[in-house]
Parts: sequence; structure tokens; C-alpha cells
Amino acid sequence: MNNQARGRRRSAALRRPPIAILVIAAIAVAFFALPFLGLLWRVPWSDAWSLLTTPTSLTALRLSIETSLWATALSIVFGVPLAWVLARHGFPGRRIVRALCLLSLVLPPVVGGVALFTAYGRRGLLGDPLFETFGIRLPFSMAGVVLAQTFIAMPFLVLTVEAALRGLDRRPEDAARTLGASRWYAFRRVTLPAIRPALIAGAVLAWARALGEFGATITFAGNFPGRTQTMPLAVYLALESNPGQALVLSVVMIAISFGVLLSLRDRWLGGADSIGADR
Amino acid sequence: MRRSLSVRVLRIAFALMSFLGLVAATATACGSSNSSEGSSNSGSLAGSLTVSAASSLQGAFNAMAAAFEQAHPEVDVMVNFGASSTLAQQIIAGAPVDVFASADETNMTKVSNARLLSGTPTIFATNSLEIIVRRGNPSKIAALSDLSKSGVVYITCAPDVPIGTYGAQVLQKAGVTLSPASFEPDVKGIVAKVSAGEADAGIVYATDVSATKGAAEGVAIPANINVVAKYPIAAISSSSNNAAAQAWIAFVAGSDGQQILAQFGFGAS
Repeated sequence: MNNQARGRRRSAALRRPPIAILVIAAIAVAFFALPFLGLLWRVPWSDAWSLLTTPTSLTALRLSIETSLWATALSIVFGVPLAWVLARHGFPGRRIVRALCLLSLVLPPVVGGVALFTAYGRRGLLGDPLFETFGIRLPFSMAGVVLAQTFIAMPFLVLTVEAALRGLDRRPEDAARTLGASRWYAFRRVTLPAIRPALIAGAVLAWARALGEFGATITFAGNFPGRTQTMPLAVYLALESNPGQALVLSVVMIAISFGVLLSLRDRWLGGADSIGADR
Repeated sequence: MRRSLSVRVLRIAFALMSFLGLVAATATACGSSNSSEGSSNSGSLAGSLTVSAASSLQGAFNAMAAAFEQAHPEVDVMVNFGASSTLAQQIIAGAPVDVFASADETNMTKVSNARLLSGTPTIFATNSLEIIVRRGNPSKIAALSDLSKSGVVYITCAPDVPIGTYGAQVLQKAGVTLSPASFEPDVKGIVAKVSAGEADAGIVYATDVSATKGAAEGVAIPANINVVAKYPIAAISSSSNNAAAQAWIAFVAGSDGQQILAQFGFGAS
């Protein structure tokens, strides 16, 4: 025990980073911190409350929360089974399917929005029959916002959950199956609880991404207060007409995102602030 | 060795961050390349010239940039297109721009009021408005009053964007009240969504309709209720390449520039 502890301490000393690395890392931190400080410095604090409670702000805030929660729910419903299939089942072309499902992660969101048009727009592959038969039109609707957000955000959940499923010890599952549990029961009662931290982390990441979605939303769903104008769109448009309001809305979004990331690290990932690589 | 979940999540986060970092690095690299180079040799024109121009000028200014660079091979022209309101806001926030060409006088005045213009703006082109409709005009729109028919998806721009104001003025003159489905960030957003068939109609510049090359169609608005959009141009006082900026403005206002503008359907100043 004691020997081990000493050894650990010695290796910790050996692993202390060189000064140059610390300096560069500090520059990186400043690089991220400065824009936020700048924002806080510019915000017209005396009018902040009145700017935040204007109908435009409140409508955008409410719409953003509503649509991003829908997008998160859809991401979970479709993303968990997708992650499961990608993690557990070898089938021909899996790598291609996987890349396809994660493509929107690296795609410029505007391109994603254009692609959504061609599929779910009024004249799109699926959108055309949808409109002709049921009169359902996704662009310029709240459903269109949810669709765009889900398209952009779901990969975050899929990646996180898939990684967890791959790393999972499968023995408890096998044991449950041997003991007569059905596949579904084993999934629900053994697998799901085991990946819960990853599921929550993935859902939160997807939610945060959906909340911040701009490019695909404005391209596919347009911009109308109360229907498709989410917070990021409101910030972008207010920048021209009412910069103070744009700054206040930005601070609200930053506060939400920052809070989410903080709680994500501490509460749900287990081993808060763990340092090092392999454990 | 099994890695813990948090490590995996962190790795993913790192991958994402490095990707975003890459994007930012490319963006800044592009941004810094237009800093002053040619200001020292004042004899012949050289260096880079950044022009911020209204979206509706896209076709004409791209053609002009090519012609200008041919006449002045040492000058590298970069045109930044956007809603005039966005461009004005960028200039006021300190964007390194040499020339501003706006689609209305309101946004030029914003820059002027911030004391960022060198010299007074000159009007170099005019434009009229048209109703843009989908190819084949399936909604059978023949006049402004048809826009209020049920089922017609009409889109416009926010009132800060010149075309948003112009469109509202035209509708007011015609006595038509509409509820738009969307406020697009600039006029190209209207054109794109109507061309794609997602929206049925919008009010845009006549030059935008011809620029779609048949992807969308135009319906004329009678002259008595139409609006003449005036395009002012001016050099920005913080320009690091004032010689090239003045040469660009002279080129745009001169016969070569006016000829190109006419080709793209703009009216003479």
C-alpha cells in the first residue's frame, strides 16, 4: 500500500508538465475566456432586465426551450437504438452507416439545412408526398425547427451512447439472459441502467447543441417570431436592430450552456474532475 | 485496457474542440490576410481591397471585381456580400473594410453617423422591385393583391434589411396586408426559398429575379406603387488602401461599371 502510494507520488512528480506547456495552455484558456469577458463587459446591465423581458426575447426563449426539449426527446428515442445497433451488431456497411449518421456533426449546418429541404421540404423526396397527401408542411413551422435541431444534435447522443455500449462489461447482461430474462427485459433492467451516465451526458450534449442550433434552422425553418425564431436567430437579428438585446440574450445562452457543462462534469460522469488517462 | 466513460466522453469532446479550433484558425487566417499591404506604394495601385456590398449586388460586383483586377493586376479585390444592415453593423463594429455599397441610404447613414466615412456617399445605381414567384407561377399570382390569397406562403426580410422596408412600403401603397411566414436575414434568403419552392412569393429587387436565370419568375409591380431603391457607395475612413478604394468607386460610377450594372438590370444613377 505505502509503497504504491509513494510510487504514485513519484510518478506524479515526473509527470508534471513543462513550463512551456503550461504557458501555452494558459494562452488557450485566455483565448476562450476573453470573448465571454468582452461580452459581459459590453452588456448594458442597467437595461438588462427590461431587454430580457421584451416579448421578442421571451417568445424566443420559450420557443427555444420547447423545441430543444422535443429535439432531445427524439434524439433519445431514435438515437439509443441507433447507437445500440452501431455498437453491437456487425453488418456489412456498418462503417458507412455510422459515418452517414454522424455526418451532420461535421457538416456546416447551413448545408444540413439545404439537404433537409431536398428531403423534407415541400418539394422534397418525402416532403412532397407529405404535403400532397396530408397537407403537412415542415418549413416555416415549429416542427421544422425540431427536425433541424434533431438532425444536428442527435449525433452527439449517438456518439456518447455508442462509446458507452462498446465499453460496457457484457457479463451482467449475459447472466441476465442465462437466468431467463428476455432480450427486452435485459436491455431495460441491465444495459440501460449501466449506460445511464452516458445516456444523460449524451442527452445533455444533444440538448445544448439543439438549443444553440442556428444554420440549419434559419435555412430550413426560416425565421418568424413565436414559430421558428429561436434564441440564436433572435440574437443574430437583434444584432442589427438592438445590439443591447442581442448581448443580453447571448449572456442568457452562455449562462445556460455553462451551467449545463459544469453540472455535466460534476454530477453525471462519475469520478468528477478525474485526471489522467487509463484507469 | 478498458477506458472509463468520462475519458471517452472527454476524447470525443477533444476531437470536437480540435475540429472547431481548426475552423477558427482557418477563419482567422482568411481574415488576417486582407490587412494592409499596398498602402506604401502610392504610385500604382496594389494590395488588397475589401468591399462590403449589399446582397443584391452579388452578380454585378463579382463581374466588376474581375474587370477591376484585370485593369489593376496588383490589386486583390475581395467582396463581402450581406444584408446592408449586417454590413453596416460590421463596419461600425470595426470590420476592416475599404468600401461600403449599401442598398439603401438608411444603412449608409448609420455608418456616416458613426463618423466612419471618408467623403460623401454617391448614388451609383437604382433598382426597382418585383414580386418573385415559383417557376411556372403555380399560385397564379398576377398582382400584389394575390399575395393575400389563402395558401400563399409569402416571405420577407426583417425591417432593418433594406428589402424588408422597401417591400413593406410597396404593400402599404397597394393597400395589401400580409402575414409573412418568415423574416429572412437577407434578400438572397427570399430568393433561395422561393426558387427552392418552399415559399410561394416575396418582394425582391428586379435584378434578383433575373439573376435566378429561370429558377424563379418575376411579376411586375406597377410603377405608381413601386419603390426606387437607391444604392449609395462610399470609402471607409479607416481604410488602409484609400487609393484603391477611390479607384474602385470611380470604376463603379464610370462607364465600365455602369455598363456592367446595366447588364445585371440595374438602373442608372
